[in-house]
Amino acid sequence: MNWGSWKDFLAMGGYALYVWGAYLVSLGALCAEIVVLRKRRRDALGTVTRYHARNAEHSHETAP
Amino acid sequence: MHTREPEGIRWFKYSSPQTFYPLAGKLIPWFAALAALLCAAGLYIGFLVAPTDAQQGDAYRIIFIHVAAAWMSMFLYVVMAFWAGVGLIMNTRLSSMLASSIAPTGALFTFLALWTGSFWGKPTWGTWWVWDARLTSELILLFLYFGFMALQAAIDDARRADRAGAILALVGVINVPIIYYSVQWWNTLHQGASVSLRSSPTMAATMLAGMLVMALAFWMYAIAVVLVRLRCVILERERHAEWAAEEAKGTK
Repeated sequence: MNWGSWKDFLAMGGYALYVWGAYLVSLGALCAEIVVLRKRRRDALGTVTRYHARNAEHSHETAP
Repeated sequence: MHTREPEGIRWFKYSSPQTFYPLAGKLIPWFAALAALLCAAGLYIGFLVAPTDAQQGDAYRIIFIHVAAAWMSMFLYVVMAFWAGVGLIMNTRLSSMLASSIAPTGALFTFLALWTGSFWGKPTWGTWWVWDARLTSELILLFLYFGFMALQAAIDDARRADRAGAILALVGVINVPIIYYSVQWWNTLHQGASVSLRSSPTMAATMLAGMLVMALAFWMYAIAVVLVRLRCVILERERHAEWAAEEAKGTK
């Protein structure tokens, strides 16, 4: 075991800023990508729905 | 415009966006679960099993995400250029959509390789940044990803954007071996591959294990998010199709 306590673990042998600065930003970036993708998926589904709703209103022909 | 289904070749079956869409949907949860499990295992090895380094102290623990992110940044670029090239030569839309879906994740891992490298460089070299061959060529990789995305975003016609992006991506491939061999070709501040691993054979095993498991975790993560993005791109580009409308109705 490398760490005697949580305090030891968080201190990272004096390199807390560097180790946690690297890990937390990485975690944040990956989470941000997932959030952005969730929104993009909702938007894409909305775009499809709106396109077909508009098409059904304005014409009786099937979409190309 | 409809592309005709090639007949009799099963290999082409999943090259149609319509058939690939549900397949990707089935695959995503598996890759996401693998990514989460491998990430937990990699962090466990990296923080709890791997001992403190004799020379670098605990600052070296950045290696577990730094190397994994750097590998992914180069690997994803090659995969992106490959599929962009396939799309250019074979005129398969799905290949080009896949290339476009890889770019943002590749750029993200490139940024993370630079960021974590910077946070490792400060305590070990005494500087956040240095214009040496390894760091500079990795920064160029980030700009190549940005250039690819900006170029595609600037062209309205999707197929023309695919072709222009493919040419840029393929020309940029030359940068990948430059990054990889930069530490051998030039006298860089960045250490060569595996130099620190040889210094302590007992440490090498756990350090290498942590690095490989984290690299696998990032790989699975990349596959999962790229497939999610690919499904978005398919929906955006195929919004006129009946099947897309059915899909949108089904997921509401």
